[in-house]
Amino acid sequence: MGIPVWLEAVIAILLLLGALVAALGSLGLARMPDFYMRLHGPTKASTLGVGCTLLGSLLYFSVSGEGFSVQEVLITLFLFVTAPVSAHMMARAALHRRVQAVAKTTQPPRELGRGERNK
Amino acid sequence: MIDFVLPIALGLFSLSLLMNLFRLLRGPDVVDRILGLDTLNINAIAVIVLAGIAMDSRLIFEAALLIALMGFIGTVAMTQYLVRGDVIE
Repeated sequence: MGIPVWLEAVIAILLLLGALVAALGSLGLARMPDFYMRLHGPTKASTLGVGCTLLGSLLYFSVSGEGFSVQEVLITLFLFVTAPVSAHMMARAALHRRVQAVAKTTQPPRELGRGERNK
Repeated sequence: MIDFVLPIALGLFSLSLLMNLFRLLRGPDVVDRILGLDTLNINAIAVIVLAGIAMDSRLIFEAALLIALMGFIGTVAMTQYLVRGDVIE
């Protein structure tokens, strides 16, 4: 292989870091006590973890293969644009269904705004 | 070095897929199940990318892009159904 050793080390560190962060996000999804806390794990940590993995893959295929590889950039851009949108829509659905938060939440989720309530 | 790291990363992602599956099956509310399914999609993209590195082939990334697209559309459709009671108005 024609990859320099230091670049290979960077790729390996990126892959390992991405997998660790994504596993932490999924652990948060599995273990947190209520839905609003569970929303934090996947939508922040998992996106960053998958982003690190995609960056490592981008480096690997750009150096070893033939030319720059575009698909990873597309996937990363798409994920980073759509992850906040889907998190927002899930939080709105949870508010709409009145999913209860844990009792010791200091500022419990409010009811939806006027336009939503009168439907 | 990459050959050494790749199985570890795949194992960690399989572990997180299992945890997402746990939340998908157990989730007390429908919204928890939707969140589990969405995270399952995102982690499946990462597994596909790692498989692409392991097999040294770029063709598989089109599948990852398609899965990202379908996962987002599915999440939006399900939450829209919960909020509005209808997907297409």
